[in-house]
Amino acid sequence: MTASSNGELPLRNEHDIVLGRQAVRRMAIQQGFSLVDQTKMVTAASELARNALIYGGGGTLKWALLNEGSKRGLRLTFEDHGPGIANLELALTDGWSSGTGLGLGLTGTRRLVNEFEIESAVGVGTRVTITRWK
Amino acid sequence: MGEFLLATIQVDMHDQLALQLQDDLTGAIEKKGAKGVLIDISALEMVDSFIGRMIADISGMARILDAKTVLVGMQPAVAITLVELGLSLPGVATALNVERGMELLRRSLHDTREDDRFLQR
Repeated sequence: MTASSNGELPLRNEHDIVLGRQAVRRMAIQQGFSLVDQTKMVTAASELARNALIYGGGGTLKWALLNEGSKRGLRLTFEDHGPGIANLELALTDGWSSGTGLGLGLTGTRRLVNEFEIESAVGVGTRVTITRWK
Repeated sequence: MGEFLLATIQVDMHDQLALQLQDDLTGAIEKKGAKGVLIDISALEMVDSFIGRMIADISGMARILDAKTVLVGMQPAVAITLVELGLSLPGVATALNVERGMELLRRSLHDTREDDRFLQR
């Protein structure tokens, strides 16, 4: 697999969430995503960027445009160095929320993408990677 | 617009702006004594859980202030994504566009008045 291009964006404040959404929209269009697929990826990115900001105290959005043979996709990684998630299984349960959200952050986001990976360590941080193929 | 307020969201809002809109709208309902609120999101290309919650909250607050909220103009791609995300906006009335939303508000207001008249008899 060859990633044709990649880069990263900071997630330091609410404006960065907006900028991140707009960047993801542009990349999804560039990869030839349908309008519905663009919207799903942008919405997933918005959820994860906000998580990184609110729960992780800020972080980074890493992006990669994927070209695997004739398959085109977009991979986004959200990293923070916040407190981490102690019980990942619980956090991935539908309806669970730590308090400020609607309880569909991670589970809802997972439904919007083709691939979803999460790693978290208490005191170290959280990394969520999502991929959507055209 | 008489008894109704129309709020058109035209920018990709950051979170604080969404909360500001919530404050402004509930303030305006009280100040103008509005009986209905139309929120036009036809220009919004994305509604995530934060904006969805803001809309649901406005609807709930408006109800307590005796006003009905109708969300209008949601793009199909946004609707598909919202439902898949798990947010079906229960309790929020929706209409395809501003005209139909107005019609819905007028009708519900009219029904309420009929009920009042009936009760007074």
